[in-house]
Amino acid sequence: MASIGKIARRTFLFGTAAIAGGAAFGAWYVSRPAPMPLTSAPGRTALNPWIIIDETGVTVVAARAEMGQGVYSTLAAMAAEELDVAWDQVRVIHGPPAQAYFNGAMGGAAIPTPEYQQSAFQHRIGDWLEVIPKVFSMQITGGSTSTRDGFDKLRLAGATAREAMKEVAADRLGLRRSQLRTEGGQVIAPDGTTLAYAELAEAAAGVELGEVPLRPRSEWTLLGKTLPRLDMPAKCTGTATFGIDVRPEGLRFAALRRNPNLGAGMRGFDASAAKGMAGVEHVVELPDGVAVVATNTWLAQQAVNAIEVDWEPAPYPETTEAIFEAIEAAFDTDPNSTMRDDGDVTALPAGAQVIEASYRTPYLAHATMEPMNATVLFTGDALEIWAGNQGPVIARDRAAEAVGLDPEAVTFHTTLMGGGFGRRGEFDYVLQATHVAKAVPNVPIQLSWSREEDMSHDFYRPAALTRWRGAVADGGAVMLDGQIAGQSCSQQAITRWMGFAPGGPDKTHVEGASDQPYGVPAYRVRGHIADLAVPIGFWRSVGASGNAFGLECFMDEMAHAAGTDPIDFRLALMRGEHAPSAAVVEAVRDMSGWTGRTPDGVGRGMAFSMSFGTPVAEVIEVVQEDAGIRIARAWIAADVGVALDPGNLEAQLVGGMIYGLSAAVQGQITFAGGAVEQQQFYDYDGLRMHNTPAFEVQVLENLGHISGVGEPGTPPAAPALANALFDLTGRRARSLPLNTEFDLLV
Amino acid sequence: MATTLTINGTSHDVDLPGEVPLLWVLRDGLNMTGTKFGCGVAACGACTVHIDGEAVRSCQVALEDVWGEVTTIEGLGTPERLGRLQAAWIEHQVAQCGYCQSGQIMQAAALLAETPQPTDAEIDEAMQGNLCRCGTYPRIRAAIRAAAGMSQEG
Ligand code: FES
Ligand code: FES
Repeated sequence: MASIGKIARRTFLFGTAAIAGGAAFGAWYVSRPAPMPLTSAPGRTALNPWIIIDETGVTVVAARAEMGQGVYSTLAAMAAEELDVAWDQVRVIHGPPAQAYFNGAMGGAAIPTPEYQQSAFQHRIGDWLEVIPKVFSMQITGGSTSTRDGFDKLRLAGATAREAMKEVAADRLGLRRSQLRTEGGQVIAPDGTTLAYAELAEAAAGVELGEVPLRPRSEWTLLGKTLPRLDMPAKCTGTATFGIDVRPEGLRFAALRRNPNLGAGMRGFDASAAKGMAGVEHVVELPDGVAVVATNTWLAQQAVNAIEVDWEPAPYPETTEAIFEAIEAAFDTDPNSTMRDDGDVTALPAGAQVIEASYRTPYLAHATMEPMNATVLFTGDALEIWAGNQGPVIARDRAAEAVGLDPEAVTFHTTLMGGGFGRRGEFDYVLQATHVAKAVPNVPIQLSWSREEDMSHDFYRPAALTRWRGAVADGGAVMLDGQIAGQSCSQQAITRWMGFAPGGPDKTHVEGASDQPYGVPAYRVRGHIADLAVPIGFWRSVGASGNAFGLECFMDEMAHAAGTDPIDFRLALMRGEHAPSAAVVEAVRDMSGWTGRTPDGVGRGMAFSMSFGTPVAEVIEVVQEDAGIRIARAWIAADVGVALDPGNLEAQLVGGMIYGLSAAVQGQITFAGGAVEQQQFYDYDGLRMHNTPAFEVQVLENLGHISGVGEPGTPPAAPALANALFDLTGRRARSLPLNTEFDLLV
Repeated sequence: MATTLTINGTSHDVDLPGEVPLLWVLRDGLNMTGTKFGCGVAACGACTVHIDGEAVRSCQVALEDVWGEVTTIEGLGTPERLGRLQAAWIEHQVAQCGYCQSGQIMQAAALLAETPQPTDAEIDEAMQGNLCRCGTYPRIRAAIRAAAGMSQEG
């Protein structure tokens, strides 16, 4: 166990920001309530930043991005649970960018200690760190934090709104509030008199209440049940409006080309051929590329591809191998972090057997189904923006800055998004559309990227190299020592978002390796940062997405060396360290009927990872078929503490695992001549109907606190598959993707 | 250069060059945005529509080559009057981000029109051109089986 003393000696990413920027003004700034972001109109009352009531029902503001994970419905259910409205009376909207919608759980997640080890002292640090997101208006969707952050806030919003309306009703009826009950959007008196919420809301907006207690779980009627998602009918009828679907009056369509040498500028271009092409109205120069505005997106795409551009060279090594050499060289630098340092990795018991292995994980694209796009109208003194995004405050502020306006001059609409996976936390596409709109004022411009632009201009999941050394004795692990070399996502992304480079150790760089609930007597993990300018960003499950591959494959290798079943091997390390983690491993063992033996032609592998506080164990079964190796079956067990919507949890865990398997089987972004080689879904593909396994999922609730599930299904996928392939073939996979070495069915 | 298209039973005059793909005629020319752009090269299926009942990638069919009546996701049903597959999709809560689902449903509709009770292998064959980055395949399979009136077992 890491000691408190050790933690105090460590600095950490958001921690440095807290001390530098927060200590002086944090206290007052945080205790001051954020301005109310919603306005009321006759017949339509905003009771608090999350709840609007009118004639037709209740609208819940879900200030987190709905990008597929079901957060719209889960956040709405939290409020509705306390508000006593029927599920079909509830609507949900994204709401505006506003400080009131800061994501407190993002800060809590920045504590440098493994989540499962957090003491009361650290939970206080966590509370303190919650102030950082508020001060910086971090209205961000990420880190699987939405349910964690919303769980109390939305229920409280619902409960206080309900009690305020009861208070008004009590006053009107000459009764006490405690004599009234609520149901189906009405306040009901003992004699059966009813008052609809819509009649009470306006007066209720002015009511001040003391603390309102939340209902115990035993009284829940919506939470804890699988609810039909509120966005489902629109998404199944083609009527959901994604960013790329907004159609303001007079809309024009733009396409762009940016430097394939990422991050480099443009020397010049010749657009004479493009200017005469059908439908073309404008050619707009961007800082690192060029855009065409036309009457149709496809015509704009044809024209922009006809422009001759002279690009500057890439600011990083030009080939994949040269980039990996630079990553390898980072092992020779001082570690940026030693996030785990238990026991003494140099002192081994007599007779211990030492093993070593190195692993390699590639750059990966997010490849959201809906390519990046934004729609912007610039009218000289105002901006109106429609964009799917995971961080509207930052996007709004940067767009305003780009045209020299105040953020207040921006009307920002967050649309539904066709996937996010971390990509839409960036604001590059919003800025580009803003630049184009500024050049063509008073005309709404929709800038959409082609798939080729999207694939080749991502902020990629960073590639990494990992070296593991371990020792086994008497069938168990006695030492585990890892070194991870790669770029730092946090340093690069936070510099883009906040404008400064955070100092100190980067936790996300080693998460998934340093923070796992394995009670190995000597356990150390060091992170070495490679200083490279390849654009990187947060990819579903962030550090754990790659680090779990090395650690969990190495666990399998150690178990094999120790002559112990890989599940028993892990359980022996977990039981004394974190019981809920051991329980998910036992659950997946039992569900899958794991015996440690498989018939010829069948292989099974298991992996575990705890990310964002959620422990997940996965088992995969592979089968050798004539056409190749099929991933036939998969089992997932996860602990979310409190299971709010079982159907959605299952969908997220399965979807997260498929996302991880897609990358494990064939995902890699490679570079040649400074440019990304992959351009399309045919050279960066995912699992499809025919090669997706059958799934079984079990959700446990032993954690003691609620935990998110949008990402934690992803990290164990690759190592579980690699371990299954070892069981099938006797060959160890130490590099991703796996189809370069194994004949997988694609 | 107006071209006349029949889409979901209604006639539309379109004033765009003949080489513009049907996808972009629908989306940008007619503001029928239910049909989605994913790749533009027949690699994802997000743009799937029917021409005379056959599932086609609308990103690959030029306006001047449209050979019959077009049906899009909007023509299959509306939130108030759901088509059979749309109802099954909602029953099985298939969509996550939802962006691929117009294409998935159009592809599945063509499958069931031709093969009312498809085997799993036939579902694999028909649906493997439709990518879903959210990984909704198990529920798509379940919804197709339900819409076909088949049990979930086999
Ligand atoms: S957009 Fe037509 S297949 Fe992808
Ligand atoms: S539901 Fe998101 S891509 Fe299919």
